[in-house]
Amino acid sequence: MTAIESTFKKRAQAAVANKTLKAAIERTASTAEKKRAIAIAELPDFSNMRSCAKRIKDHVIANLDHYLETFERNAVASGAKVHWARTAEEASHIAVDICKMAKAKRVTRSKSMLGEEIGLPHALELAGIECVETDLAEHIVQLAGERPSHIVWPAMHKSREEIFSLFKSKHEKPPVSEEIADLVLSARRDLRQKFLTADVGISGANFLIADTGAVCVVTNEGNAELTTTPPKVHIVTAGIEKLVPSIEHAFVLLRLLVRSATGADITQYTTFHCGPKRPNDADGPEEFHIILVDNGRTQMLADGMEEMLRCIRCGACMNHCVVYRQVGGHAYGGTYPGPMGAVLTPVFDGLKQSRDLPHACTLNGRCAEVCPVGIPLPTLLRQLRSRSWRSGYEPWLTKANVSVWAQFAKRPKLYHAVSKIASKVIRLFQKNGRIRWMPLAGNWTRHRDLPAPASRSFMQLQRSRHKENGS
Amino acid sequence: MMPDQKPEQFSKAKNSPSSPRIGLFVTCLVDLFRPNVGFAAIKLLEDAGCEVFIPKSQTCCGQPALNSGDVENTKTIARQVIEHFESYDYVIVPSGSCGGTIRTHYPEILADDPEWTERAAVFSSKVFELISFLTDIRGISTVQARCEATATYHDSCSGLRELGIKQQPRRLLFSVEGLTLREMDKAENCCGFGGTFSIKYPDISNAIVSEKTEAIKESGADLLLGGDLGCLMNIAGKQSRQGQKVRAMHVAEILANMSDGLAIGEED
Repeated sequence: MTAIESTFKKRAQAAVANKTLKAAIERTASTAEKKRAIAIAELPDFSNMRSCAKRIKDHVIANLDHYLETFERNAVASGAKVHWARTAEEASHIAVDICKMAKAKRVTRSKSMLGEEIGLPHALELAGIECVETDLAEHIVQLAGERPSHIVWPAMHKSREEIFSLFKSKHEKPPVSEEIADLVLSARRDLRQKFLTADVGISGANFLIADTGAVCVVTNEGNAELTTTPPKVHIVTAGIEKLVPSIEHAFVLLRLLVRSATGADITQYTTFHCGPKRPNDADGPEEFHIILVDNGRTQMLADGMEEMLRCIRCGACMNHCVVYRQVGGHAYGGTYPGPMGAVLTPVFDGLKQSRDLPHACTLNGRCAEVCPVGIPLPTLLRQLRSRSWRSGYEPWLTKANVSVWAQFAKRPKLYHAVSKIASKVIRLFQKNGRIRWMPLAGNWTRHRDLPAPASRSFMQLQRSRHKENGS
Repeated sequence: MMPDQKPEQFSKAKNSPSSPRIGLFVTCLVDLFRPNVGFAAIKLLEDAGCEVFIPKSQTCCGQPALNSGDVENTKTIARQVIEHFESYDYVIVPSGSCGGTIRTHYPEILADDPEWTERAAVFSSKVFELISFLTDIRGISTVQARCEATATYHDSCSGLRELGIKQQPRRLLFSVEGLTLREMDKAENCCGFGGTFSIKYPDISNAIVSEKTEAIKESGADLLLGGDLGCLMNIAGKQSRQGQKVRAMHVAEILANMSDGLAIGEED
């Protein structure tokens, strides 16, 4: 058993036992599930839109080189500076360097999972630059010294009471009550002064528009606009799979993204950033940097995992995942939790370290069913399982069990002889048709009974009936 | 020991020569834990005008290997199942997950084997889950059966999402005399079985199945039905541990009018 495996199991076990966490996850995820269902039902033709979205993403991924060059050319023409990063380290290094060049003491950041992926908050901290998370939930997570547990609701694991006591101890002017309005006001007060004094604003990107070189960012709090407008420098960090050919294509994906994520028709703020401030503009950054990040994405193309590059980070897969709903996001250990995280974490952190994640799934297929871009997540998870098997990362006991079982399954006569004996042995432990405990079955019988095998198998019964009939 | 090469089979020729010839893949769980489901399948298929054969050389569809990532053993098992079953007009499986494995995943895992690609594709098009075969291929809309119970139906995931089984069992259950069908909340939610998942992550699996048994209890049903023995054993095992009185049976047993016997987990 690898260290990470035991850590995942331990974290999952602790999460399952935590009733407060379970209630918090359930509250948000079940609301999201219901709202999404209503929003999708109201769409005139969800399945057509979905296949259209899928085709857009597949087209871009198949012609990635073309769209990357087009995007770069148009972004540069608009006055942006485009940087290329092969790895997470390179990406955060570039971002930190830009901040240093701007002599930044304080930077604001609007929520971006890619920023988490490349370890940007940590890199800024190491460089001695204060990094302020401006999304309300990210603000909570940052004050608590934690990591996001969901890609859309980073603080979904926190209760209102926990947030109140956190704000009380961390905000200069603490909230007057536990009321949501007071909590929001307190965060607003705390963040507002930081928005106005930041030297650099860093955002992610929901879409990179190739034919204009623009960057689309969606939020519900307007914090991305306050992050990117007042400071002199705006840095965008984006994965290369975020490209779309034009704004029309972005809108197809946008309609699906928002409905799949929150069930709303559109986000409160949908902003397109194109180049730095122009001479007659009232405001905007003087420098506009876009860091295009690979970090394993082209490797995914090479490894036959290109379907995962369709992901638009809506979070529907985790909202509908029976495992995520029990264990929450932190149990997964990576930047991205849930089914999409179980595919991505092995790519980013290495399969050897995270081989447990693709197995922590019942393969029920609900995630693929709700995915707005039709990613066959169970198929990809199976693919990772077989890669792990081939690479020798599976625990020897698992391999031994499956291999021995397969030797029987491949030899029918032996199989039936052995299973006859096994059934007899297992039946020794039964009482009233149930087995409450037996050796080697502890993981099953810890929580539930095992129905006893039949006294005679179907094949045995069939054989006797056949003889009786004389045919 | 050599594998059984002869096409040995139990046959029960009753219907006319024009009847489709069915190879019944009973599944390893039905064989060992619930033979009655196999006999129910034979009855339902014969009532639907089919001639049923049971190849003796069948073992398991290979799901434990497939879902563990052991592609080589899965391939060997898949080729063996195809060899033993491809001579029939149809291959019928009383399980959505085994049916899904054979129909959907065999062609996928044999796709890189030129000798088998075509053969697996032709084969898989003949493979059906029992209940959906009766309704969708044989056009059966009613059965002659009686069962005094209030039943609730759990949609097993592979059947539902890989094979599109949703209304078929319900449609046939409507014709069972004395049976009332009452939907549970979130009937389409996974029960937490997931094959080896239930053994690898017992605590997560337990948390999931506990929600399922709660939903069943809330429905007020006294009989749980489903089309997959793995899920039924998981749910019935949890109900039994919780001391719940809801009985569990495979839907085929009710439809074949074989509901008099013991339910899953009752002593035989």
